[in-house]
Amino acid sequence: MARRAGPLTPVWPGLVLAALVALAVTAPLAALLARAGTAAPGPADWAALRFTLWQAVLSTLLSLICAIPLARALARRRFPGRDALVLLLGVPFVLPVIAGVLGLLAVFGRNGWINAGLAAVGLPALSPYGLQGILLAHLFFNLPLVTRMLLQGWQAIPAERLRMAESLALTPRARFAHIEGPMLRAVLPGAAVVVFTLCLSSFSVALILGGGPGATTLELAIYQAFRFDFAPDRAAVLGLLQLTLVGTAGLVALWLVPAAQAEASRGRVLRHWGGGRGFDAAIITIAALFLSAPLVAVLLRGAPGVVDLPPSVWRAAALSVTLSVVVAALVVIMAGGIALAALRFPLLEITALPGLALSPLVLGTGLFLLVYPRLSPEALALPATVLANTLAALPFALRLILPRLQQAVADHGRLAASLGLSRGIWFARILWPALRPAIGLAAGVAAALAMGDLGVIALFADADRATLPLQVMRLMGSYRSDAAAAAALVLVAISLTLFWACERVTRDA
Amino acid sequence: MLDLRGVVLRYPDFTLTADWHLPQGAEVAIIGPSGAGKSTLLAAIAGFEDLSAGAILWQGRDITRLRPGLRPMAMLFQDNNLFPHLTAFDNVALGLAPSGRLSAAGRAQVTAALAQVGLEGFATRRPAQLSGGQQGRVAIARVLVQQRPLILLDEPFAALGPALRREMLGLVRHIAQDIGATLLLVTHDATEARALPLTVLVSEGQAAAPMATDALFADPPPALRAWLGQ
Amino acid sequence: MRYLSLVPGLFLSSMALADTPVLTVLTYDSFVSEWGPGPAVEKAFEADCACDLRFVGAGDGAALLARLQLEGTASEADIVLGLDTNLTAAATATGLFAPHGATPKLALPVAWNDPNFLPFDWGWFAFVGNAGRDYPTDFKALAASDLKIVIQDPRSSTPGLGLVMWVKAAYGDQAGAIWADLADNIVTVTPGWSEAYGLFLEGEADLVLSYTTSPAYHLIAESDAGKVALPFTEGHYLQVEVAGKLAGTDQPALADRFLQFMLSPAFQDVIPTTNWMYPATETALPDGFAAMIQPATSLLLSADDAQAARDAAVEEWRAALAR
Repeated sequence: MARRAGPLTPVWPGLVLAALVALAVTAPLAALLARAGTAAPGPADWAALRFTLWQAVLSTLLSLICAIPLARALARRRFPGRDALVLLLGVPFVLPVIAGVLGLLAVFGRNGWINAGLAAVGLPALSPYGLQGILLAHLFFNLPLVTRMLLQGWQAIPAERLRMAESLALTPRARFAHIEGPMLRAVLPGAAVVVFTLCLSSFSVALILGGGPGATTLELAIYQAFRFDFAPDRAAVLGLLQLTLVGTAGLVALWLVPAAQAEASRGRVLRHWGGGRGFDAAIITIAALFLSAPLVAVLLRGAPGVVDLPPSVWRAAALSVTLSVVVAALVVIMAGGIALAALRFPLLEITALPGLALSPLVLGTGLFLLVYPRLSPEALALPATVLANTLAALPFALRLILPRLQQAVADHGRLAASLGLSRGIWFARILWPALRPAIGLAAGVAAALAMGDLGVIALFADADRATLPLQVMRLMGSYRSDAAAAAALVLVAISLTLFWACERVTRDA
Repeated sequence: MLDLRGVVLRYPDFTLTADWHLPQGAEVAIIGPSGAGKSTLLAAIAGFEDLSAGAILWQGRDITRLRPGLRPMAMLFQDNNLFPHLTAFDNVALGLAPSGRLSAAGRAQVTAALAQVGLEGFATRRPAQLSGGQQGRVAIARVLVQQRPLILLDEPFAALGPALRREMLGLVRHIAQDIGATLLLVTHDATEARALPLTVLVSEGQAAAPMATDALFADPPPALRAWLGQ
Repeated sequence: MRYLSLVPGLFLSSMALADTPVLTVLTYDSFVSEWGPGPAVEKAFEADCACDLRFVGAGDGAALLARLQLEGTASEADIVLGLDTNLTAAATATGLFAPHGATPKLALPVAWNDPNFLPFDWGWFAFVGNAGRDYPTDFKALAASDLKIVIQDPRSSTPGLGLVMWVKAAYGDQAGAIWADLADNIVTVTPGWSEAYGLFLEGEADLVLSYTTSPAYHLIAESDAGKVALPFTEGHYLQVEVAGKLAGTDQPALADRFLQFMLSPAFQDVIPTTNWMYPATETALPDGFAAMIQPATSLLLSADDAQAARDAAVEEWRAALAR
């Protein structure tokens, strides 16, 4: 196919970029390995490992169990607001975790809406902290992702097959066995491993809702080893544990998940005959409330305080916007360059792996060990944040850009070569229009993720240099929950605007 | 008897009307320019599209509101006629028992149907292990065991070459005659249409009443002439 | 365009104006908050030091030590303010602190002879809740109740560590069993005192680990008598909060001057109504403090005993709560 990319697609920039990624990853890793040496994990570390796995397994199961009926209902029903709901499903993916958690606390906290309702009918209160809180938050963030993956699966079922099942009058059971079952068998493993990998690296959620010894993930344990105990040796050991765990899951994910599945779709509704309408309506209503209530809560709690926000919040916002624009630009440059080179050397796609396997805190730990004590950790805070976020967004960007590039080269490469197009024309008139939507989406995802990230910065930041998520965290910590909610609202608004702007500007005409 | 009474299918971009009936056992080709609504008409008869007005009757009984699976018809599509994860046997069996559970007599019936379409010994193969023609035969075997009095074909076996397609059509006609079924075939192939005694011409928003195919092609109206490129 | 000008400032904000000496004090978050002692102390000290006093908040007290080790000798801090006697031995062992050489007149419930650290306030730990209901009077009754409590992590927070030491000092070898029984009462463990107190005020828990003097804040600042500290029959663990000068400071004289200032009325007078603790020197207390409970028994491990017991006690805590 596009094996011979020809002189029109330069390979060297991509190779250099890939080498840079390799260097940026291997140097901190080597530092980790050297520091960890022969140190063995202690009982607390094993406990963190067990908890990390346990909550990830439960979160994954919960997300899948809830997503299947939801995706099914969305695939078969047409109702007013369906498009809005499908759009809402895309929000948690680019929503800053801390803002989502804040919204969840307003809804599920002891004084929240749900418990107010439970108290009114005399039921005991639910706590949003500990394992159940972590599961709740993971469900909020991952249910939409899985639902969209499954919805695509449902929409990919050939219409003839559905009609045939209908004209054969298959029983619901046989219908499931022959149509939905095989689709789920094909789509679920990929969805499961993606959610599992995301939950393994969960930091912000565990930081706010977990934290006690009973609910400490490896990521959080790394943070604590730094900020609480100053034990770089333990941080290194924990980092290697985390790397092994997430690296394995990431490799499986890379292998299982078909390309470009992350792309949004708002496709057709399958014509459906028969019952289950009440069940579907209930599922859709509950899901819409569950996903929108935290957002509404952030809006309601935050809006009154926005005008009174202290200057420190606006400074943090300016810093965060700067960082995320830098990250978005870097991600597009790197993904574009590497994708071009990957046309010739498909193995280069492996540069996506560090972003999946190397969590920001592990990377941060490694970088710290590299420069300590020559440089102060604060000097590291911003570069490390940019690096971690760039690496984290790279897999998404490659997954979005590479297939489109391959398609464009396969479709037009020969014709362009035979016409003797110059490289400039080839890039500007052929490749750019073909890649534009993918590049925009990649930039949008990268900017939004960087905007909401709370990882490396939490490790190293000093009092003056906070990103917006960290500032929200600090406001929450100093019981200024109204200001925290207002800052979270600003954060959400900026994240969604950045995502929307990138996606919008480059959308197909 | 299939009776279309004042049928109207209205869509944002086009409207289709039909008002005619067919005797039991008729063999009808449905032809017309692409986009005119041939497949839509067939889908409406099968129950996949809702009527905007009018009614569809079968043997005098109104079936307009009946679910597709409860209508007295079997249908074959262009492709995706088989479930890829099921064997030939199980695909045919679904025509007999939509729940998937089969009695001993049912099993014998499925085996016999496969034999009748010339697929003895292929029962355990999956669609991917069969040629295009063999896949078509499996689908026809299923129509056979369904034993429905109305057989709808929507440009079937589109992936096959002309000779194989002719062979498949012959097989379906044979089976339809066996069980006394009415046959409706959507096609874009004039040769295929000419093999059937009756033809419905769909053009300019109307599905005309069935006419004798020979007479129609002997003196084609302007729409048919344009379609044939004469 | 005005906002663009902020951007370079973000990267330069830690560089001070050239001619004014800067004294950097690393402390816990609630000390520097608007309603904490920070603003008043800064104003009073800068009034005649001809310097710029900068407070840097870095989580809760116990995290300060880790922060200091993280920065090592590269630290910009001159003073660390907010450790307590449970941590002074560990802090001394880092070798990062310099002796203060002072012999101030103190009013503490314990004798003071630490060469590196000077106390600035003290208090008793206590669980604080809303008035108007019957509360348990010891740890065992608390563990048996279905009250929800929020506590702090002993690895990052001095109140969290104080609670672990409290249980250890009161129950010795049985401390692990007490923690195991308490585990189902604990809503969550926060990194610092502020987070925990915030959750309590938001209604996320019935009780929060704080100080016997915390109700005074609500009484005096908010005219709200609705908060109470729970007297426990085991006695209450003492906290003495301290500050120390870093050996690597580039402003040794200014640092000494700050430590001296810390025990002067200008600093001590604002402690009761900003940090809501007892001052470390003889100071008149505001009216509301008279209404606070006075524990009959004080518990406190010496700095060396605390250091010896700390790791095992924290591990005991962790293991009990991990289950």
